[in-house]
Amino acid sequence: MYNFDVVVPGSVAEAVAALGEEDAQALGGGQTLIPTLKQRLASPSVLVSLSGIAEIKGVCKTDDGQLSVGGGTTHATVAREAAGTFAGLAGLAGHIGDPAVRNRGTIGGSLANNDPSACYPAAALGTGATIITNAREIAADDFFQGMFTTDLEEGEIITEVRFPVPEASSYQKFEQPASRFALVGVFVAKFADGVRVAVTGASNDGVFRWDEAEAALSANFAPEALDGLTVSGDDMINDLHGTGAYRAHLVGVMAKRAVAAAS
Amino acid sequence: MPKDSGIGASSKRREDVRFLTGQGNYTDDINIHGQAHVHFLRSDIAHGTINRIDTSAAETMPGVVRIFTGADFEALGGMPCGWQVTDKHGEPMQEPKHPILAHGKVRHVGEPIAAVVADTLEQARDAAEAIVLDIAELPAVVDMKAAVKADAPKVHDDLPSNLCYDWGFVEENKAATDEAFEKAAHVTTLELVNNRLVANPMEPRVAVGEYARGTDEHTLYTTSQNPHVIRLLMGAFVLGIPEHKLRVVAPDVGGGFGTKIFHYQEEAFCTFAAKACNRPVKWTSSRSEAFMSDAHGRDHVTKIELALDADNNFTALRTDTYANMGAYLSTFAPSVPTWLHGTLMAGNYKTPLIYVNVKAVFTNTVPVDAYRGAGRPEATFQLERVIDKAAQELGVDPVALRRQNFITEFPYATPVAVEYDTGDYHATMDKVLELSDRAGFEARRKDSEARGKLRGFGINCFIEACGIAPSNLVGQLGARAGLYESATVRVNATGGLVVMTGSHSHGQGHETSFAQVVADMIGIDENMIEIVHGDTSKTPMGMGTYGSRSIAVGGSAMVRATEKIIAKAKKIASHLLEASEGDIELKDGAFSVAGTDKSVAWGDVTLAAYVPHNYPLEDMEPGLEETAFYDPSNFTYPAGAYTCEVEVDPETGVVSIERFASADDFGNVINPMIVEGQVHGGIAQGIGQALLENCAYDENGQLLTASYMDYTMPRADDLPGMADYIVDHSCQTPCTHNPLGVKGCGEAGAIGSPPTVINAIIDALRSGGHQVDHIDMPATPAKVWAAMQG
Ligand SMILES: Cc1cc2nc3c(=O)[nH]c(=O)nc-3n(C[C@H](O)[C@H](O)[C@H](O)COP(=O)(O)OP(=O)(O)OC[C@H]3O[C@@H](n4cnc5c(N)ncnc54)[C@H](O)[C@@H]3O)c2cc1C
Repeated sequence: MYNFDVVVPGSVAEAVAALGEEDAQALGGGQTLIPTLKQRLASPSVLVSLSGIAEIKGVCKTDDGQLSVGGGTTHATVAREAAGTFAGLAGLAGHIGDPAVRNRGTIGGSLANNDPSACYPAAALGTGATIITNAREIAADDFFQGMFTTDLEEGEIITEVRFPVPEASSYQKFEQPASRFALVGVFVAKFADGVRVAVTGASNDGVFRWDEAEAALSANFAPEALDGLTVSGDDMINDLHGTGAYRAHLVGVMAKRAVAAAS
Repeated sequence: MPKDSGIGASSKRREDVRFLTGQGNYTDDINIHGQAHVHFLRSDIAHGTINRIDTSAAETMPGVVRIFTGADFEALGGMPCGWQVTDKHGEPMQEPKHPILAHGKVRHVGEPIAAVVADTLEQARDAAEAIVLDIAELPAVVDMKAAVKADAPKVHDDLPSNLCYDWGFVEENKAATDEAFEKAAHVTTLELVNNRLVANPMEPRVAVGEYARGTDEHTLYTTSQNPHVIRLLMGAFVLGIPEHKLRVVAPDVGGGFGTKIFHYQEEAFCTFAAKACNRPVKWTSSRSEAFMSDAHGRDHVTKIELALDADNNFTALRTDTYANMGAYLSTFAPSVPTWLHGTLMAGNYKTPLIYVNVKAVFTNTVPVDAYRGAGRPEATFQLERVIDKAAQELGVDPVALRRQNFITEFPYATPVAVEYDTGDYHATMDKVLELSDRAGFEARRKDSEARGKLRGFGINCFIEACGIAPSNLVGQLGARAGLYESATVRVNATGGLVVMTGSHSHGQGHETSFAQVVADMIGIDENMIEIVHGDTSKTPMGMGTYGSRSIAVGGSAMVRATEKIIAKAKKIASHLLEASEGDIELKDGAFSVAGTDKSVAWGDVTLAAYVPHNYPLEDMEPGLEETAFYDPSNFTYPAGAYTCEVEVDPETGVVSIERFASADDFGNVINPMIVEGQVHGGIAQGIGQALLENCAYDENGQLLTASYMDYTMPRADDLPGMADYIVDHSCQTPCTHNPLGVKGCGEAGAIGSPPTVINAIIDALRSGGHQVDHIDMPATPAKVWAAMQG
């Protein structure tokens, strides 16, 4: 690590002010950022820890029936507190990393980072969630802009994520054997007005919606509805752990499994 | 009845109390007043010419004590190689220079180029970033077969080629072997890869060098499996420090698996720099450094052919192997693909003719050396895979084909220069088939199929040569060291004992099992015995722990020394009891006169030895301390049979190990619990190799698997639950040539399990109609799926 200062503001307003400093960076759970610092791949002058801000933590139902998750809420809290209302999301959160990661890592950090193999982006895009920051509201469809890239401005803080709660949903993750991030992860959500399917881990462009599957499942929410549907492996990640063709194949398998498991 | 103490008892591991409560004393726990820290600037390219290293800016950085480069070591020796292999033409292997810090060229990613010593580690890292390197990148060579082509880039410009040696074994058998292939009724051929692995001990390597100016004494604290070997190699060949001025301490060591046998540059550097800087100098490897500087394991590419007659008897075996040495020769690297591999190619079978060819090759990769099993897993994998393939081609039961060719008479001299003393391969086969319930397999397969899964049953046999080894023999084979072991048994006046062993425990539990042996011999409580190891200033010169040699060789030395103690104690007892020495019996910690009720306790005898008021001083010296050096007359030959049942998910290629059973013959067993733990761990490592672990480079020599994000370690949930993970050691044919009748158990699991797993996967895939002959390790989901696509 290089030397840096740490500030721990108690409110979003103070955090935004602190992030106005040159080379300041937000620190969520540190599960991505701290390893990066240890490897000297980043050199912020000030880390603005979001861990002391009570107003961006916690899970609750909104008046219009959506599930609101504070941007600083840990994966473990979501796994526990969303279990009754939104099992698909709780299941996703409960399978991120290991207990140490889940007790530190936050939803805001995960979405802001937009790792192409991360799990949460699939839930946000797969439900059409709204990402709320200190400055504005961003629809998930506009938020993710390719690997490690989002619509966030410098110093903008994710304060809340609002998920429409589906009638049935499931996230099925095929783990990359070493990291156990998603080699392919598929989030399927059935709403009264249709089905959304989001795929993470697979594409060079990061999380994406699988339109054909959405159409087929909106007509018939059953695994067989996906028979014969394929995605192309051409633009998919091709690495040690799997070719693009393998990932493309797994998208179909995991989507079917998600439909079968949806509750 | 299981015993509750002594030999055969599952005594709880006494060392675990300190390991599990944070009271261990690992090398990184050693912090010496005034110590400085070193950070190594390592090459991030695989091959290049060093034009210039400019340290001027870095030297002015805060906290910097001194910056070293290759030029600082020109007057010293390089890293030595401890084994010289002679090639098939009778010529010695090509042995490149191996500098402490890169000199002239860099030859692999991770090679240290400069060493920055500073007050703090962070200051050393800061300064290292200010070093300006001018390195002209050269084309790298990674693939072994490409490396031996005439136009390949040369790793070492001063050597004729990238070929370290071309070894033929047994050269005199070659013509007869070739002839047997011409006459064979059936020949099975298989080409395979034994994947490169990174050992990944939980504790990374650490070195702390200290120098006492007043006495001119050097001390190196290091994470080593064999501190005396390091003292000898580093003192005599690298730094020119006489052994009486050099102490090497390997305190608690958190796992080695072979990779902590070798003498590394960082050890020599810290020892040297402590004197040069007049300050203790400490280095603790980061995990990232470990991936690119710990010696790797395996990495063979092999073509194996098995010849059979019309009755399915094995008539000949021929292999052609490329073995990766990496960029330099690590300490024992040349011995692994040769004497630890070729000599094991007979396996459990009476194949009369065997010819093994091994080409050892330099590439722009991290050096490769012994890793748990070292050579024997490579031998077993190819042999047992080709036998399975032969069974499948011939349409015979793989168990029956193996049984038909088993060696059944002992001693048995193989055509590859070793003589097995004992064994009973049918017994371990019977046992494993019973434990694995092979009879119930078809029903389990049906059940899997009903759930849409393919199920396979894999069988495997293996033999290994352990307890290495007779010094005169290994000397003839090129070893530049003896391979005896030592022990000093010091009895204290009040009866407690300290055993100073040349073996080294880095997880094996010697402090418990060694104490059990001595306690059993004397008939006293295990807690009266302390086992001391890992400090050249305390223990007699010993060769350390690897090759499953500790109990077989180190234990034997300890038995011999204890026998000397008992003999002398009996003399003292006969004096105290006024009886003739021949009538004295030692039982349950007391000496008695046969046929009488006269006896004297152990503690009274030991007290007499040090307070010799009533003592035969005219015949004997006082004191009770004995040393023994034990040089074995042969290797030991543990053997076993393993089975594995896998389920394959045809949709994804995921393989899960449903059941695993092992029946090992380790001869006599000192502590069953520890033995079972060793086998469990070994099998986990073997399953790791078979399904998960792979060290991969790209064509430019960049390490692709440089962290746990990409290098897959086995985890508990990759293994079957304990009820389906059976380890058995009830088949025992005791070793005939060591006093305990023991063979060694440390590596068996890692040797026997990889082919068992792959055999099971192939069986599963074929049951689903996939005509798959072989899958290279690791059988990842992606690879298994691709194999099913044809
Ligand atoms: C061993 C391990 C296993 C893991 N496995 C998985 C897995 O299976 N699936 C998975 O999805 N992830 C996995 N992760 C990643 C984990 O979920 C991280 O927690 C997450 O990616 C980042 O969240 P964080 O709160 O730790 O963010 P940090 O590491 O603190 O920050 C990450 C980035 O986000 C920014 N940031 C943080 N909080 C906010 C905010 N509220 N608003 C705006 N920007 C913010 C930071 O400035 C930084 O750029 C794993 C991590 C580890 C270490």
